Order: sequence, then structure tokens, then C-alpha cells
Amino acid sequence: MTALAPPPRLNREARLSAAGPMPERGIFVRNRYLLARRMTQILVLALFLTGPWFGLWIAKGTLASSMTFDVLPLTDPFVLVQMLAARHWPEGLALIGAAIVLVFYALVSGRTYCSWVCPINPVTDLAFWTREKLGFQAKGWQPRPGTRWFVLAMALIVSAVTGAIAWELVNPITMAFRAVVFGSVAGATFVAAVFLFDLFVARRGWCSHLCPVGAFYGLVGSKSLLRVSATARSACDHCMDCYAVCPEPQVISPALEGAKKGLSPVILSRECTACGRCIDVCDRTVFRFTHRFDVSETAEGGTHRSNCSGEKP
Amino acid sequence: MSSKPTNPDGLLSPERRRVLETAARGVVGAGAAGVLLGAYQKSAEAMPALAIRPPGALADETKFLSACVRCGLCVRACPYKTLKLADLGDHVANGTPWFVARKVPCEMCEDIPCVKACPTGALEHTLVDINKAKMGTAVLVDEENCLNFLGLRCDVCYRDCPVIDKAITLEIESNPRTRKHAIFRPTVHAEHCTGCGKCEKSCVLEEAAIKVLPLRVARGELGRHYRLGWEEYKKNQGPLIKDVIDLPDRAPNDITPPSGVPDAPPILDPSKLPKGWKP
Repeated sequence: MTALAPPPRLNREARLSAAGPMPERGIFVRNRYLLARRMTQILVLALFLTGPWFGLWIAKGTLASSMTFDVLPLTDPFVLVQMLAARHWPEGLALIGAAIVLVFYALVSGRTYCSWVCPINPVTDLAFWTREKLGFQAKGWQPRPGTRWFVLAMALIVSAVTGAIAWELVNPITMAFRAVVFGSVAGATFVAAVFLFDLFVARRGWCSHLCPVGAFYGLVGSKSLLRVSATARSACDHCMDCYAVCPEPQVISPALEGAKKGLSPVILSRECTACGRCIDVCDRTVFRFTHRFDVSETAEGGTHRSNCSGEKP
Repeated sequence: MSSKPTNPDGLLSPERRRVLETAARGVVGAGAAGVLLGAYQKSAEAMPALAIRPPGALADETKFLSACVRCGLCVRACPYKTLKLADLGDHVANGTPWFVARKVPCEMCEDIPCVKACPTGALEHTLVDINKAKMGTAVLVDEENCLNFLGLRCDVCYRDCPVIDKAITLEIESNPRTRKHAIFRPTVHAEHCTGCGKCEKSCVLEEAAIKVLPLRVARGELGRHYRLGWEEYKKNQGPLIKDVIDLPDRAPNDITPPSGVPDAPPILDPSKLPKGWKP
């Protein structure tokens, strides 16, 4: 197997022409899940912004706790767990809200919170994109992906010891939310700090190594249904595009290259954010969204699928 | 990795060693970050004296921060935009709700929408009567500049008080400067004061002479063991301890003070005072 570097997308055109017949995939097809995620991220913020901007109140609050249309309470279960660690028993509204969120992410996909909702995701994605554009070769400080579990435990222990919700003091997610929705300057500083950290200190540093909120939602969604599967893994030409673009590349190999070991083509790791970026970039159309029990495989991906630009292959 | 000869007893295998090293690094790194976070948390609990929490806020700041998720729902519910979320430079725990009475005081809505909006009980839902709120208490901090204390009839804090004649009363006393006018002394009764801050807002001075302060700053507290003799006397229908020798009180010769019994005639009858006597 070849090494990960140099960035494989540079020679995409050459590879496409060498690989023989493959469908021409338009720029929209190659970015459809990215666009969809940006839409949902903007939509989530927009639901909170129509009130302060236009007086049309849809959702109030932040991702820590919110109220939509005065009937739907939603509360971040990780905040609630810290609250319990700090020995405060909340009102029913927060309990109901946390239960709704918990059930949703446990059933659907834990870390879709990270890739489809969290406002920090576009920030760290932008840092990653900037790294690539500037041609940064060094990955910088790379703590193990498991470091987030230590941070998660730390947040709970500090909450228990100080008797106050500890992570909300520094949580860039709700900081970012308050920056946008309440115009918080402190929030904007934290967002900038995370951006600079991911840009100069650690490649994919925050979301993929340190953030305890992502770790928590991953844990919640350990057995969740929505999964990405390398259904057409036999068609993989090992171009490494998916590894290069994936925020958690360690989750791909068991599914993509596990055929010989008899492993399922479904990416079952709780660290997968279900962002769908691998589906976007794969010219062989190896990946697709499915449910965790769908172990079906197809021999070939790309040549059987039409593209959305309407061109015939 | 080729298989190595078995380790001599007492030495760790390389795999085990690596696992332990990883764990140690994680624990130490997260531990150090945790200590910093905890210290930051503790320093964030210090509040400036003029920062007032919303009605029903859990009194102890640590308790409040164990419950407040900084969602801002109370801020959204506040119809008068009194409440705001703490930001950089406010020296209040970031993102938590607070207000400054001198800028925008609490209007004491009867339905207390901020408390109803709070999902976690950081603002206690047991508060249903806004008159029972204890956001702080007003204190007349500057008697030297208060216009009423100077003998004028400003009275604005008293007139603006939503709990007028209970939380603030005007106590009349003689004006020693003119010796013929009265001083209408604005007097706060913390028992009835909600800490809304209307008095501080309305004070006509450049800098308010009456200010709302958090109870922890404004209030003293008797020792737990302390008993007020006259109240105990009433409860007990007499002195708690029988046959106490009544020591003579310090008083002029021709006045015989009664023996510390409540409701007794005043010790000092001004008409009997010798000329030039001073206590």
C-alpha cells in the first residue's frame, strides 16, 4: 500500500483518465453531503436567529438548552450529566429535553451532532481546508484519538469536585452559538482559538482528538442505526481520497479493507461522524449511507450509478 | 514485530508498557487540564458587587453554576431586556444571566417569565410571588450625599419602590443642622426588599446613594447560638434564667433603671436628666 502523502486529489484528473470508464461526477455530486451539512448547520443557527433579527421566534436558547415554538424543549445530555455530577437535580423541562436528544442520537447516529449540527464543525473544517491550501505538511501535535475520553472524564470529575458545570466554562460549541445568537465576544474569541489551534497546532486537533462533547455523542450513538457502508469495497482503487478527507480516518480501514478478514463493510466505529464526505469524494462510489445491519455488498459502485448533472456516462 | 524471548520475571512486555504509558500520559495531561479548569471555574465564581442575578436564582453562586447551562432562555423571556448574558470583561461567569440595577432594573413581572423559562431550576420554580424574590437588597450606602439625609425632600427611591412602605420607609427624625426641620430618612427593610433595583436606577445623584447589593455582601448574620434577650423573654414569659443578679446599669444617680425587663418604662426619662448629661 502506498503512503498517505502526497495529497492524492492533486492527481485526480490523471487518475480518472487512467482508470478507464468511470462516470463523470459533477462538482455538485462530489460535494452533495458537504453542501447538505452546511445547509443543516446554517438552518440550525437560522432557527435561533429569526427571533433576534426579525422578531419571528422559532427556537430560543442555545445548543445547551433550547425551546422551539414554545413546545419542544431540547437539552444537551452531556451538560445534564455534568449537572448531575455537580449534584443539581434539574427541573422536568431539562430532563425531558435531554431525553429527547438522547433518544434521537442513540437511534439515528451519535456523531451526526458533530457533522450536521455543531457550529464548530465548519470552523475546524475551514482550518483543515486552509491547512491544505497553504500546503502544511506537518500534522503538528497529534494526541491519540482516545485523548477525548480522558478529557470527557476530566470534565465530569471537575464538575463533581467543584460542584459546578465545568465544561460549559470553555465549551467552544455553545460559545460559538452564543457568539452568533447573542453576540458574545467571549464566544467569538473561543471560536477563533479553536480555529488557530486546528490550523497551526494540531491537524484535525479539536474535533477528532480532544472534544469531549463529540466523545459523549459518539458513546450515545454506539449502537445507532444510520451508518456509512463501503458497499462496493471491491471496486476500491486505493486512491486514498476518503482517508485524506475523513476527519476520523481510522474508522475507514476495518470496513474498506476488512473483506479478507471477514469484517463487515459497514463502518461501525462510534467515532464515525456520518458526515458523508467519503461518499462525496469517492470516484468509484464505494460508499453509501445505510443502516448498521445492512451488510450487503455490490461488486461495482461507480459504473452503475448515474450522476445528478444528468449526463450519461 | 518479531516475537521476543520471554521477559524475565518482573519486567513488562512492550505491549503492556505501551498501554500503561498511554494511560499515564492521558491521566496526567487531562489531570493538569482539569486542575486549570477547576481553578478557572473557582475564579469565575467571584462576582462583582453590582452584578445581580435574576429572580429566583439559587443563592449560593456555586449552586447556581451547578444548575445554569447558560442557554439564555431567561434572557429571551425578559420583556424589558433587563437580563443579559455575561460576556468578556463583565467578570461574571461567561454566558450566565445577570443585570446591573443602575442600567436596567428588574420590573418585577407578576408572572415571572424568566423563572418559568429556566429549564434547569437555576432560577427556582418555587418562586411564584415576585414580591418574595431576593435578587439582593437595597442599601443606602452613602448617607452623606443622599439628598434626604441632607434634609431635602427627594424621596425618589421611596416613591419608585414597587414595595413602597414595606421595603423602603421614610423614618422621620429631627434635623440637627437647622434644629427645626425634619429629616425623612429612607430606610430599607431587607425582609421586604426584592432587590429589583428600581431605587438605585431612580436615584437622582450622579452616582446612586442607594445601591442594590447581593445578600452575601449586604447582610450580616447573627451567630447561630445568639439569642435576642427581649425576644426570648417574650417567648418564655419571663427571663430564661431565674434569680439573675441584676447589676446596676450605668445611669445618672437620680435615675433608678428598671431591671432589664422588656416593655418597662424608658431608662432615660429626658425630663429627669441632669443638665449637660451625656451617655
